[in-house]
Amino acid sequence: MSDQPSPEPITSALSPETWRIDGPFDPVLAGKLMGKLGHPGFLDLAYGGHGPDWFEAVLPWREDLVGFGQMDVLASGPVISLFDTATAMAIWTRRGRFVPQVTLDLRIDYVRAAVPGRAVVARAECYQVRGDLSFVRALAHDGDIADPLAHATAIFMSTGEGE
Amino acid sequence: MTPLHHPFVLPPYALAMGMALIEPSEFSERAELAETPQGAPVLTMDFSPRAEGRPGYFHGGAIGGLLEMAGFAALAAELEARGAVQAMKPINISVEFLRNGMPRPVFAQGQVLRAGRRVANVRVEAWHDNRVAPVASCWMNFRLF
Repeated sequence: MSDQPSPEPITSALSPETWRIDGPFDPVLAGKLMGKLGHPGFLDLAYGGHGPDWFEAVLPWREDLVGFGQMDVLASGPVISLFDTATAMAIWTRRGRFVPQVTLDLRIDYVRAAVPGRAVVARAECYQVRGDLSFVRALAHDGDIADPLAHATAIFMSTGEGE
Repeated sequence: MTPLHHPFVLPPYALAMGMALIEPSEFSERAELAETPQGAPVLTMDFSPRAEGRPGYFHGGAIGGLLEMAGFAALAAELEARGAVQAMKPINISVEFLRNGMPRPVFAQGQVLRAGRRVANVRVEAWHDNRVAPVASCWMNFRLF
C-alpha cells in the first residue's frame, strides 16, 4: 500500500464548479481545466480540438506512464483514462451543456502497439443521445487517424434531474 | 501494446498510480479479502487526487487501469503456474462500471476462464469492502505467443 497524504479537497476537471453549470458548455475552457485537476490532471491530458459532436484529447508521452516490456511505450491504463475522459467531453460538447453523468460501460479494441515516445490523441464522437443515455465512439492514434492505435465505444448515463 | 512476459512485475504506470500487489498468502491479513479465492494475486490502489474523477470519487479510467492490471497479473500467475513460457498482449477490454468508486482503497482480482495456445480469456472484478458488492468488472481477451 502506498503511503498517501490525505487528499486535499480538490475540484475535479469534470466538476460543475469549474464552469457555470447553467451556462453553455465551453469545450476549450473545459479542455484547459481537464489538464489541471484530478486524474486527467495527473495524466496531463490536453485539449486537441472539438466540433459540434466531437472532442479531441491528447495524452502526452511520459516516462512514468510506460507499461510492460520494451520501455518507452505508454501503458494501456492511461489510454483507458484518455478514452473515458474524451468520450465524456464529447457528450457535453454535443449536448452544449454540462450534465452530471457516469460511465455505464467502455469497450476498447487495441489495434496496434503505440510508437515509443509519441503522444496519443483520442478523437471521440457522441453519435446519439437518447434520454439519459449517451452513445460515443472514439479512435486513438499517434499522428495519423487512418492508422489508429485503438478503437473505443462507450455508453454514459446522466444522473441529473430533468432528463 | 507491448507483449508482456511473466513473472509479473508492476510497470512504471502502475507504480505511479500507487497500485500494489497482494500475494494470496497475505489475503488473511485484510478484512476486504475475506471472500477472495486464493487463485490470482489481488491488486489494490488507494484513493488520491491523481485517481480522482468527479470530486470525491475515483475516475473511471483509474478503476479501468486497475482492472486491466489485475487481468495481466492473473494471466501471468496462471501461465507461471503451468510452467508455460508465453508472451501476452491484450486484444481488447470491456469495462462495466457498477457502483461509484468511493474515496477508499479499491481491490481487484482476475480469473482466467481459458488460456489456450493462442488466446486467453480473463474476467476481473474490483471492490471496496466486500467482493460480493463489486464497483466495476471487465472482460479481457489476450493474444498469446
